[in-house]
Amino acid sequence: MVERQSPLEPEFHPGSHGNFEHGVEIILSETRPGSILQLAAWPGEEKRLMSSIYKVAGLALPDGAGGGVADGVKAAFGFAPGKFTVVDEAEGLASAFAGVITPNIGTVTDLSHGRTAIRIAGPKAEWVLAKFFAIDFALPAFPVGAGRSTTHHDVFAQIQRTGADQFDIYVFRSFARSFWKALCHASEEVGYEVQ
Amino acid sequence: MLITCPYCGPRDVIEFTYQGDGNRQRPQPSSQDLDAWNAYVYDRLNPAGDHNEIWQHSGGCRAHLRVVRNTLTHEISSSGFARGDHKAARHRLETKS
Ligand SMILES: [Zn+2]
Repeated sequence: MVERQSPLEPEFHPGSHGNFEHGVEIILSETRPGSILQLAAWPGEEKRLMSSIYKVAGLALPDGAGGGVADGVKAAFGFAPGKFTVVDEAEGLASAFAGVITPNIGTVTDLSHGRTAIRIAGPKAEWVLAKFFAIDFALPAFPVGAGRSTTHHDVFAQIQRTGADQFDIYVFRSFARSFWKALCHASEEVGYEVQ
Repeated sequence: MLITCPYCGPRDVIEFTYQGDGNRQRPQPSSQDLDAWNAYVYDRLNPAGDHNEIWQHSGGCRAHLRVVRNTLTHEISSSGFARGDHKAARHRLETKS
């Protein structure tokens, strides 16, 4: 496969930055998944779509709005009624789903080249994200695995909590560098490391 | 102003787009009833109080919602998915007033 270029590259500077004399409280990285898919079920076909996700990706989605699961290699979460984002480290997930999600269940949209996945981790991750998004990041309101659709300055973002203090943010590739720069600036005052 | 999206929960109004008066009833596309079309395009209740509205959670799950908003206080007294539920909201408002 052809090596995919990162849109963050000119602004991606590994190492410690900002006010890190007292320690690094934020770790920023790009997860670069090979596959990012959007799956949508027709009304009434949600359960069949969720069982297709289990069949293909082995991820058992919990019921309920924004429910999700991440196993370190693959991840899935609901981001709208009957709609799910499914991510895999490996390429080729779209063709794996194409045979299973038949036209009477729903649709498969391959966004692998259209989204950039940015990971923010560390004890101040909730605190930094709260500067950007007007949603509740506290663990009881936003449990591990769950997903949220929201906006930052009118730019759409999907966020999945993949750990107690870790979030994966999916943004439009064309906006990813600007969002990354903003995320770096917002992390400066607590000290951050780019990995 | 917060609107509670039935999928996403309470969100700031900046995430939503107003899609118009929820009381309008669109005639069949083939209808030649000019009065019905005139009412659809121009007639508005313009209440000082609870108002049926259609909003889209455009900065979130992108679902279309029916919302009852008080035009005096901006209080949102109910919200739900527009799909299949729109007429129920109108009925509620009519029986209330
Ligand atoms: Zn929503």
